[in-house]
Amino acid sequence: MSDPILEVRDLVKHFPVRMGVVFKRTVGHVRAVDGVSFDLARAETLGVVGESGCGKSTLAQVLMRLEPATAGAVRFEGQEVLDLKGAALRKLRRDIQIVLQDPYTSLNPRMTVGDIVGEPFEIHAEVAPKGDRRKRVQDLLDVVGLNPEHINRYPHQFSGGQRQRIGIARALALRPKVIICDEPVSALDVSIQAQVMNLLGELQQEFGLSYVFIAHDLSVVRHLSDRVAVMYLGKIVEIGTEAELYEHPTHPYTQALLSAVPVPDPDLRGQRQIIRLEGDVPSPVDPPSGCRFRTRCWKAQEVCATEEPELITRVGGHPSACHFAEERSVVP
Amino acid sequence: MTVESIVDSEAAGPLLAVDELFVEFRTRDGVAKVLNGVSYRVEAGETLAVLGESGSGKSVTAQTIMGILDTPPGVITGGEVRYHGENLLAASAKRRREVRGSGIAMIFQDALSALNPVFTVGFQIEEQLRVRRGMSRRDARKRAVELLDQVRIPNARDRVRQYPHEFSGGMRQRAMIAMSLALDPELLIADEPTTALDVTVQAQIMDLLREIQLDRHMGLILITHDLGVVAEVADRIAVMYAGRIVEQSDAVSLYRQPGHPYTQALLDSLPRLDLKGARLNTIKGLPPSLIDIPAGCPFHPRCPRVRDVCRTDVPPAHRPAAGRLSACHFAEELISGE
Repeated sequence: MSDPILEVRDLVKHFPVRMGVVFKRTVGHVRAVDGVSFDLARAETLGVVGESGCGKSTLAQVLMRLEPATAGAVRFEGQEVLDLKGAALRKLRRDIQIVLQDPYTSLNPRMTVGDIVGEPFEIHAEVAPKGDRRKRVQDLLDVVGLNPEHINRYPHQFSGGQRQRIGIARALALRPKVIICDEPVSALDVSIQAQVMNLLGELQQEFGLSYVFIAHDLSVVRHLSDRVAVMYLGKIVEIGTEAELYEHPTHPYTQALLSAVPVPDPDLRGQRQIIRLEGDVPSPVDPPSGCRFRTRCWKAQEVCATEEPELITRVGGHPSACHFAEERSVVP
Repeated sequence: MTVESIVDSEAAGPLLAVDELFVEFRTRDGVAKVLNGVSYRVEAGETLAVLGESGSGKSVTAQTIMGILDTPPGVITGGEVRYHGENLLAASAKRRREVRGSGIAMIFQDALSALNPVFTVGFQIEEQLRVRRGMSRRDARKRAVELLDQVRIPNARDRVRQYPHEFSGGMRQRAMIAMSLALDPELLIADEPTTALDVTVQAQIMDLLREIQLDRHMGLILITHDLGVVAEVADRIAVMYAGRIVEQSDAVSLYRQPGHPYTQALLDSLPRLDLKGARLNTIKGLPPSLIDIPAGCPFHPRCPRVRDVCRTDVPPAHRPAAGRLSACHFAEELISGE
């Protein structure tokens, strides 16, 4: 990790909760992202997993500067990102792009595929001169495995998997260095999901892209990621290489999450140890004191309520935010 | 089990038999052949998983069984749905209402939109007990609390007075399960019951379903696209593609030695939790448009084993092994390992 392309330090995003009709007062904050730090190396994929409400999509929004951060720092190639404005911000947007989850709502139904994929060139005219654009768009469609002749079609003429390819082509248009993928394959059927995952892998090799790959499906994340971060209630609870995290998880939440994934092998039925978590994720408006996972953790002791565990390496060679971190193999 | 249902189960035939079901959707663009001869059966106490991708017809089959298919655009053009031997498709609306809920009940993927937001969860459970069982308000409330307790909703006594939006996603799914159990059905159809849920909650819900099924000796049709969930709970599996069942088998054999190239391809295209793969095997192309299903075997344009006969002849049902069905011309080859 000599030269990270993206450095995130203590990133915080709180959304105010307001009450009242005329005089709105702030009654609390949703702590969607609450102190997240990581590095992303060049040509690396960092997977981010977690359940709904853990803050992984808010993280994507903040990294894209679609939402202002409450506190913290994000550096892209050494340059501070969060206070960029105007031309400098536009320049940054060329380098960091996003692929969204839902290929049905993230494409404008009134625009042709050519217009959708070529729209980035309108804003960043310096990337492709006007006469050249149509050709560029067709090249992009070809790169993502779509027929370049379909440039004049509308999104509804494409299937879900093809639409996701259009979204990927749009993200690639400005030749970004980092792509943030927010659940890019969750809405797709199994057979189509595999095609899009392979495409993402090929594009990374071809263009040397770095990915922040956000997903809730642990198998999908493992397949594409070099390193993986597990989030719970706005915090990273464990981070490590794909092998460290899946083979030697040390945080109880990671262990529970991995153990609960159904394995497509009926021979293992009844033999797998599934760690069953009780109850639901607490509200991010009022997260538990100390360790946020303690209310559902079978290892919780007094210290967990009073002292927040740091994300440091205790055992297993990778950081884990648990006072009682220990290795436990849960993947069959 | 009620006396009534014991008498019923002595009648001939399996709990539910779907026989050569054909359904079309008449749309502006043409006639979509959504179901093209679907047959399966479910016995009491058995879990049948119906596996398929979007548009394969798995949910439409369930809606036809329940009698909640939207007609139009849907038209049932052939086949039977026999519940204890009685063809429900020929039954009166009154009889269908009797079966719905107390014979066959259904739960849906999206519990938030399946529950009515302006009534309390308790009211929605009690409603059926009062209308169908003629229970008093007080008895119905008591029973609703019991049911919520059974699906392990904490503080059922207070929760019964709450509205769906006050429940979390997993809790709503539990409430819907409680509601479906209110009239003691013999068969439960669960349409993607855990797809919208997080994996830890999914495990809780699947546990609950399994327990209830065992307890009540209920038949269960589990509709899903998740090969992992199926492997954990199914006794038998029916794989659907383009409105047909392409393979039926017991769960263990299907995963060990798939009897249809589509099943094989689905299994091969799964990313794995236990190792980081290089490239996933994919199924080339797209599922066919139901308005224009390819001639011969509907899977032939995407099949790695395609031969001439596949392009012209619809494969008949082969029985490559005891208890297995496959709609592939080369099912025997597949199962014998080449």
